Amino acid sequence: MTKQEALVDFCLQIGDTSLIHGQRLAEWCGHAPILEEDIALTNISLDLIGQARMILTYAGQTENKHRDEDKLSFHRDAWDFRNVLIAELPNGDFAFTMGKIFLLGFYMKNLFTVLSNSKDPSLKAFAEKSLKEVIYHCRHAADWVIRLGDGTIESKERMQKALNELALYTDDLFEVSESEKILVQEKLIPSLADLKTNWSHDIAAVITQATLKLPQANNALRLGGKAGLHTEHLGHILSDMQFLQRAYPDAKW
Amino acid sequence: MSNSVIQKHSPDSIRLLLSDVKDPEIPVLSLEELGVLREIKEVDGIFEIIITPTYSGCPAMNTMAEDIRCMLDKNGISNYKIVTVHSPAWTTDWMTDQAKEKLRTYGIAPPSQSTSSHLEGMLSGKYKPVTCPFCGSNQTRLTSAFGSTACKALHYCNACHQPFEEFKCH
Repeated sequence: MTKQEALVDFCLQIGDTSLIHGQRLAEWCGHAPILEEDIALTNISLDLIGQARMILTYAGQTENKHRDEDKLSFHRDAWDFRNVLIAELPNGDFAFTMGKIFLLGFYMKNLFTVLSNSKDPSLKAFAEKSLKEVIYHCRHAADWVIRLGDGTIESKERMQKALNELALYTDDLFEVSESEKILVQEKLIPSLADLKTNWSHDIAAVITQATLKLPQANNALRLGGKAGLHTEHLGHILSDMQFLQRAYPDAKW
Repeated sequence: MSNSVIQKHSPDSIRLLLSDVKDPEIPVLSLEELGVLREIKEVDGIFEIIITPTYSGCPAMNTMAEDIRCMLDKNGISNYKIVTVHSPAWTTDWMTDQAKEKLRTYGIAPPSQSTSSHLEGMLSGKYKPVTCPFCGSNQTRLTSAFGSTACKALHYCNACHQPFEEFKCH
């Protein structure tokens, strides 16, 4: 993998994660338990899709194969997607969705903090901009984890169950991809070595405040998102997201 | 179009024209006051209108660029291009006191602190109450950090019992 290919691949990791996470959250539109949450979830989705547009556009420019944000989003199949697995999981109940935003949000917060010091000006600009948005997402989800965890017997049970299930997919966030290795070696991005420790620290503080237990899981089999090895859920979300462009290529509003 | 018409314009005159282009969602703020319109440069006879997006996914950005185009076209200016930049990232720290006052008078609480200190507060879960734009009370609470547009949060005033919007620190 050349340095240029590594940069494209790394941008796809980030862009696909934001895109698929955003597309999933958009499924809540009109279905959230209260109006304010309907607005919050779709606002978060909108931020994520905006971030995906910015970084996928840059991936396309770097790759230089005439693929723009739309081509990359709508004309690739599941094995070409580089998103982390947790993003593609179905929404589940409200606690599960909040758990996803919480765990993935703090991962993105720590990743974007590192990338804010990238030597690549476009990655740096992307990270600085997205970091502020992601902090809002983290806070919102953390407040719900605390509220549900330290809430009723049922809300506590469901929040704990959500975190336990999601924990199966969190090692996937920190699996070092080939492109990450190359970009760190080439000093285009700073080391990602502290990512997991910082993330664990962030989430542990909230989980403790929520009077929940830190989930433990054997994650061995749930890896591979960044390498294009996905769960069965990705194909289904793509069939929904890509239908129009597949049926009517290059259709415009 | 004759050359004489083109030469009447300068970056300053274009800035003046564009001061009438308002945020489509908050029509009291011009794009410059909002911080979206960053700079106007003349490079080889072409005016570069440099803009930066507010939130990554803000759907009003297309409308803003379209409104700039409309205003320039209407005034017979065709030698321009709109350039989007992402760095430095847009921030409400750029908003002047005058612009904040316009927001408050319009009924939207303006950004009340620097973005960095606000984001620190967000991470630690400590929210500062936002002053109600209607009655000036600080007895308010955050209903949701997400509102009718990407840039606004929802609050409720316990003193005058009115919900209100805040232009978020970002």
